[in-house]
Amino acid sequence: MSFSVFIDGCLVIGILTLACLCLATKHLFTAIVLFVSLGLMVAIAWVRLGAPDLAIAEAAIGAGLTGALLLATWRQLSTEPANNDADTANKSGDENVPHP
Amino acid sequence: MFHTPNLKEHDHANELSVITRILCAIAIGTLSLSLIIMLIVTDNPSSVLPALVQQQLTQSGVQNPVTAVLLNFRSYDTLLEIGVLLIVAVAMLPNSNFISNINSDMPGNNPSSGRLVSVVTNAQVNPTLEAVLRWLVPMIVVMAGYMLWTGAALPGGAFQSGALLAGAGVLVQLSGRLQFCFTSTIAKLLATIGLIAFMVVAVGVAPTTGVILQYPTELAGPLILLIEIAATLSIATILLLLYNSLATQIPEMSPKPLASNKQPSASNKQPPAQE
Repeated sequence: MSFSVFIDGCLVIGILTLACLCLATKHLFTAIVLFVSLGLMVAIAWVRLGAPDLAIAEAAIGAGLTGALLLATWRQLSTEPANNDADTANKSGDENVPHP
Repeated sequence: MFHTPNLKEHDHANELSVITRILCAIAIGTLSLSLIIMLIVTDNPSSVLPALVQQQLTQSGVQNPVTAVLLNFRSYDTLLEIGVLLIVAVAMLPNSNFISNINSDMPGNNPSSGRLVSVVTNAQVNPTLEAVLRWLVPMIVVMAGYMLWTGAALPGGAFQSGALLAGAGVLVQLSGRLQFCFTSTIAKLLATIGLIAFMVVAVGVAPTTGVILQYPTELAGPLILLIEIAATLSIATILLLLYNSLATQIPEMSPKPLASNKQPSASNKQPPAQE
């Protein structure tokens, strides 16, 4: 009994902390990583609440695919100012290729 | 045509004065607090619904109450959900027929080849990533099939299975060996087949039962499975399309490809000039 209360308490504190950090952080990349970890914590919370359907969906869509979509968007946003500054727009796009 | 938003967080933070932000915090906090209090105070009115679902479960054709609610009792909601997903896919489709950012320096890839999956012949693929993917992707596909099949009795279903398949597609695209083309006919068919199958079933059962979307009891299980298979394919295609269109280079940002408007030739010329 006390162990499950401990787990649930850790989940509540972790979810709230991650949510606050995700909103408060200044860097988009950090916010995305925090959002993905928040999704995984919420998935565990759904399991604890007895809703495994939602847990699977949250882990697959909320944490996995949304994270991939956000990272793809972040990459477009981070390459865009370089495109506007320099005339050679494709240069910044090609520079991005080897790094990831 | 498309505007990419320029995101700068610190500018937005400085727009509001301190008093406005404090007032906003008080207003939002009061609203949230009252909502939480109302949730605690109110009696749970939905406590009769689980018993009702369990009582009617034998007529639904499946053993999992969640699937029964999603695809039989409240199947109209799921039909609309798949429609919404399709609208999102249509909205994102114009972005996705440009060359993927990852493969933009590969000559010889043709985005308008008309095939859903095309092999990038001279791709620079990380051998470790490819070796892992050779094991991982078939496993994910099998897992998605299991998830779809087990949705009738245990947790699982079309959305989870479709998300798994889309995840496999994202991994394959990240490896750089294969490239997806979502303007091909097969991709369009795959993206719409969920809604088509759902609507055909919805209208097809109307003559026998008299009501749209009310399946005959003995056929409910196979019909739900049919809808779920079609919906899984559609959801996987649409989610992968979303990733694909976000991971592509937007040519409107770069003046030269926009002016020439010939993507394959433009990408063929530029990498040698850079290197």
